[in-house]
This record gives sequence, structure tokens and C-alpha cells, in this order.
Amino acid sequence: MVDAGWYMGLAGALFLIGALGLLLRRNALVMFMCIELMLNAVNLTLISAGRALNDLTGQVAVFFILVVAAAEVVVGLAIIVSIFRLRATASVDELSELRG
Amino acid sequence: MVEGLAFVFMGLVALGGGVTVVVARNTVYSAMGLFATLLAVAVLYVVQLAHLVAAVQVIVYAGAVLTLFLFVIMLIGVDKSEKIDEKLPFQRWIVGGLAVVIVLFAAWLTILGDFDWVPAASTTVPDATNGTVQRVAEPLFTDWVLAFEATALLLTIAAAGAIALAHYRRREA
Repeated sequence: MVDAGWYMGLAGALFLIGALGLLLRRNALVMFMCIELMLNAVNLTLISAGRALNDLTGQVAVFFILVVAAAEVVVGLAIIVSIFRLRATASVDELSELRG
Repeated sequence: MVEGLAFVFMGLVALGGGVTVVVARNTVYSAMGLFATLLAVAVLYVVQLAHLVAAVQVIVYAGAVLTLFLFVIMLIGVDKSEKIDEKLPFQRWIVGGLAVVIVLFAAWLTILGDFDWVPAASTTVPDATNGTVQRVAEPLFTDWVLAFEATALLLTIAAAGAIALAHYRRREA
């Protein structure tokens, strides 16, 4: 049985990759994918901790996170599409609608 | 032993997929990298006896969410490569330096720190039925039934909101 610490390390690396992608990329779609990456990293820690503690609550929490992430993707992609209709770009640098 | 092999192999796949998401110039390649990561993480769930969650991960994430991503990529066109010119010239270097500092700090904590990853880990090994539908459904529909209903409402609202956003037209003044 692999120690929970290894899973935590892997999840930390995944989270770091996602956070770096969110900071470095400008394409709204890729930034969204990086958010999904970070959510997955957190889910992995929850599953590992749940197994180490022999507690099913971790899996229930992951279940809820999956549902909320799905809802978030639906709304987020709809927003990206409607922004694209307005400005014909998916780059977050181009969005300055609120500038006075 | 089997778990160790699965962990190493799937961990590498997950990390490779994550790096692909970040560095790929083509958005479709990014989506494929995300796909690899999601499947690898699902395998890691199975290895840790979370069968139901792994199945949901494959169906909801790799099935629905990724299809939605690809659909939107096709809809708004596979973008031309991003403009590289910087408005904040040192931004990337600062972020990179910060990341190196964080990684070194985490490594230092991990190597030198004397702590348990999971405090008070139980000594009993979970039995193989730990992640089946019955076992997960039990807390889900007793302790967390209110949250479950709330997520049902949330999904309905999200679907309605997405449809409303897609139908929205700016009124010609």
C-alpha cells in the first residue's frame, strides 16, 4: 500500500502545474482547464486522506466537488462563448470592457 | 507492489498531461492533456478503492465536461497562437521565481519536517467494498441528503443559466 504522503505529493505537483498555467496563460479556455486540473488535485488528496482515515466522507466530498465543478464548467463556458460573440477573442488580456 | 507500479505510471501520465495543458500552443492539445490527467487520476481512484468516484470521474469529467470543452473550442475556433508581447514585462519571471521558492519550501518542509501527512491515520485497512455504490450512498443519503438536494438545485440553475446566456442577444438600440 502506497503511503498517503506520496499521493499528497503528486496532488501538490498537479496543483502547482494548474496554478502556474492559470497565471501564465492568457487563453480563457486554457485557464479554465487549469482550474479543472487544480480541482482534480484537491480531489486526489481527499480520496487519499479518506482511505488513510478509513472514512467514506472523503469520497462523498469528492462527489459533491465533481457536481459543483460540472455546474461551474457549464456556466463558465457559456460566459466565454458570449464574450467571444461580443469581442471575437478568447484572450483575457483583450477584455477591457470596464475601463473608464 | 501493484499499487506502487500503478502510482508511478499513472502519476507520470497525470503530470505529463498537466504539463501538456499548460505548455501546448494548440488548445485542442491542451484538452487532450487534460483528458490524460483525468483518466490517470481516475485510475488512482480505483487503486485507492474509490470505485464509484472513479466511474463518476470518467463519465462526468472525461465524458461530459471534456466534450463540452472540445465543443466550445470548435465553436470559437482553434485560436491563433497567443500574443507573446508583454504589458507587464517581468510578470512571468516573478511568477517563475515564486514557483521555485514555493517548490523549494515545500521540499524543505517535506524532507526536514517531522509530521504525519494524515494525522491519526487509522490502522485498520479499508475493506475492498469501501467505494461501492452502496457504501458511498449510505452517508450521501443520510447525513448529506440536504447537500445532495442543494446540488440538484444548483445543477438546474446552472443549466438554465447557460441556456439563458446562450440565447442572450444585445438589443439593438
